[in-house]
Amino acid sequence: MSTLVEGLFNGFSIGSVLLIAALGLAIVFGLMGVINLAHGELMMLGAYATFVVQNIFKPLGEPWFSLYIIVAIPVAFIVSATVGLILERGAIRFLYGRPLETLLATWGISLILRQFVRSVDWLLFISIGVFCLLFFGGMKLVKRRNDWLRIKNKVIALLLFLSGGIAIAFNSLLSSNSTLTKPWFSARNVDVTAPSWLRGGTDALGFQIPYARLFIIVLTIICLIGVYWFLQRSTWGLKIRAVTQNRTMSSCLGIPTDKVDALTFALGTGMAGVAGCAVSLLGSVGPNTGQNYIVDTFMVVVVGGVGNLLGTVLAAMGIGVLNYLIGSGTLALMLTNINAPQGALDLAFFFANSSMAKVMVFALIIVFLQIKPAGLFPQKGRTAEL
Amino acid sequence: MARKDEGSRMKDETGIQLKRKKNKNRLIEVGAIIALVIVMAVLLPSVIPAFRLRLIGRFLSLAIVALGIDLIWGYTGLLSLGHGIFFALGGYALAMHLKLQIPEGQIPDFFTLYGVKELPWVWLPFHSFPITILALIIVPGIVAGLIGYLVFRNRIKGVYFSILTQAALLVFYNFFNGQQKIINGTNGLKTDTEKIFDLVVSSPNVQRTFYIITVILLVLIYLLCRWLTTGRFGRLLMAIRDDETRVRFSGYDPTGYKVLVFAISGTIAGIAGALYTVQTGIITPSIMQVAFSIEMVIWVAVGGRGTLIGAIIGTMLVRLAQTFLSESFPEIWLFFQGALFLIVVTVLPDGIVGWWTGYGWDKLRSLLGLKRSVVTYPSLAEDPEVQREIGEISENK
Repeated sequence: MSTLVEGLFNGFSIGSVLLIAALGLAIVFGLMGVINLAHGELMMLGAYATFVVQNIFKPLGEPWFSLYIIVAIPVAFIVSATVGLILERGAIRFLYGRPLETLLATWGISLILRQFVRSVDWLLFISIGVFCLLFFGGMKLVKRRNDWLRIKNKVIALLLFLSGGIAIAFNSLLSSNSTLTKPWFSARNVDVTAPSWLRGGTDALGFQIPYARLFIIVLTIICLIGVYWFLQRSTWGLKIRAVTQNRTMSSCLGIPTDKVDALTFALGTGMAGVAGCAVSLLGSVGPNTGQNYIVDTFMVVVVGGVGNLLGTVLAAMGIGVLNYLIGSGTLALMLTNINAPQGALDLAFFFANSSMAKVMVFALIIVFLQIKPAGLFPQKGRTAEL
Repeated sequence: MARKDEGSRMKDETGIQLKRKKNKNRLIEVGAIIALVIVMAVLLPSVIPAFRLRLIGRFLSLAIVALGIDLIWGYTGLLSLGHGIFFALGGYALAMHLKLQIPEGQIPDFFTLYGVKELPWVWLPFHSFPITILALIIVPGIVAGLIGYLVFRNRIKGVYFSILTQAALLVFYNFFNGQQKIINGTNGLKTDTEKIFDLVVSSPNVQRTFYIITVILLVLIYLLCRWLTTGRFGRLLMAIRDDETRVRFSGYDPTGYKVLVFAISGTIAGIAGALYTVQTGIITPSIMQVAFSIEMVIWVAVGGRGTLIGAIIGTMLVRLAQTFLSESFPEIWLFFQGALFLIVVTVLPDGIVGWWTGYGWDKLRSLLGLKRSVVTYPSLAEDPEVQREIGEISENK
């Protein structure tokens, strides 16, 4: 019995990581039909933000250092949400209605973010600043002219070329300065030290429960309540739900759909940042951290169905528990206890490690999709596809 | 615009003239292909050094996968992010055969690392060469068909399909990584030192033969894809891409066609994988990493989806750029690749070939003064009646 409780707890704790990571993805996918392949990288940015906050708090000494994680969560949210907002305004909004192209564009963004974290230093930071200043400043100046629409393309090409050239020249001019070219994070993984009150664990239920896992479960529940409250009780939440149900109709009724899109995307990516903060407590953080979570969270969204929080929760918990029960060998152990037939036993032992558990879970998901192709709670009504 | 131009011209030509023109075009195309094959297969191997040739051979085998992806993405609108599965299956099939070129009764040496005494049953068919060739064609096709059937049967499409193929890719990756006792796990199978027909695989002569086989297969598969996409079948594929619901209402069942074309695409990827493996010298599960399969898609996108020649051109260009950039500026390559994804999707959605046939050619001609630059439809702008009126208006001013 206690093995089952332990299995369930560990499964829930995996599921809560999946849930907190998939929450933002599910909101964005529900609203805009956009799968964000850069979601994992935004988690990674959140984790790095946590790392930076921790380093700022370190010199302050003990009573303050234990509280850094409380500060890190909103910081991670804001960092990821800001980057998400820039991405939405800069690239993704041009691609609405072309979901497959969006998929590729977000993959491009994720590649850039990964390399950015590896090679970012003050010099790159300043160069990008110079480029943005010149490009957007120049655009603003030229936009005042009356013949703006006619010369738009030529101006953009010229400005891109000029400001890019100046930024690169600036870059190579300063590249001999060693303080400027010292990378912030480099390609190595960094470690976030959990505050002292999150280290260790308790034996409350007869097995070891790490505090960090408990913290993540609590954080997930808080996030879930927060998102639920925002979507169901606030004015903007109402607008988001309206656009999710019927974009054209909402637009006709005066809801600013492009603002709703930007807001939702920022909210979704901000949730990714919080997830990154949570993930940083579980192990070291590197440029490729996001990749470990990406496919699992997609599966949560696919199984959960579009635009339904309850579906996302159930899917995350289901996948988490299954993954743990199969992968840790708990299932095999239980089958041995009840004297299951030899064939089932062999099968259970064959899949009893974490990578083979993924194989099994995917097979189960495919079987599940044969019964419910649109997820647990499919959208109803005329607008629903499929 | 070019299409409109043709449309207006078509009115003036009789059917016989059209047919003659079509034949002439076909003749030019066949001539171009033969010339290209002679240059690639006969001249190039004697000119450039062996290791460069091997590189080009690898690129060409990747171009074969790109053809397969173009078939399903460019023509049928199915974006697969999991073609690495089929690519790897083909590669493993051939590598297993090469690994078995050892005296009777022995088993490949890596098995001793894991204490395996007997050859796993999966390996047994790969003793024979014909069965191996058959397997590397059929097995990826069957796997693709099965995945396709289970997904398409439920009318799962669009982004869902892409995500599921990606998940399937990760599953296969995990499976191959985890099975040391069957296929050597992460270490993969090394083919460079093995023998084929009693010749060492990595020797220059054998490699040159593989290169020539790659060129020939590329042309054959190109012709196969052409044949598939030009006829009735091709029109149906494009109809599925443009409006699947309407195809269904017209009385067709798209599921079968989608499964079939996905299976064909998987087969093509399998053949390419086998060619790629022998010219790389090793196959490991890392060929099934998520990134590599998405890269395959970008080759097609750069060249121009929906144009077969674009898939080949795109693959060659992107791979050459990658080789050059990652040799000299390894840091920039990922930035460049990321920017490539963004640019192709936002600015150049039809790819290089699509841009060229769309308006690049006309633009170039008008820049050289060979043709008037036309802002509206050619049929409107070049109409003498319209010209006269424009002249009158400007005179009145």
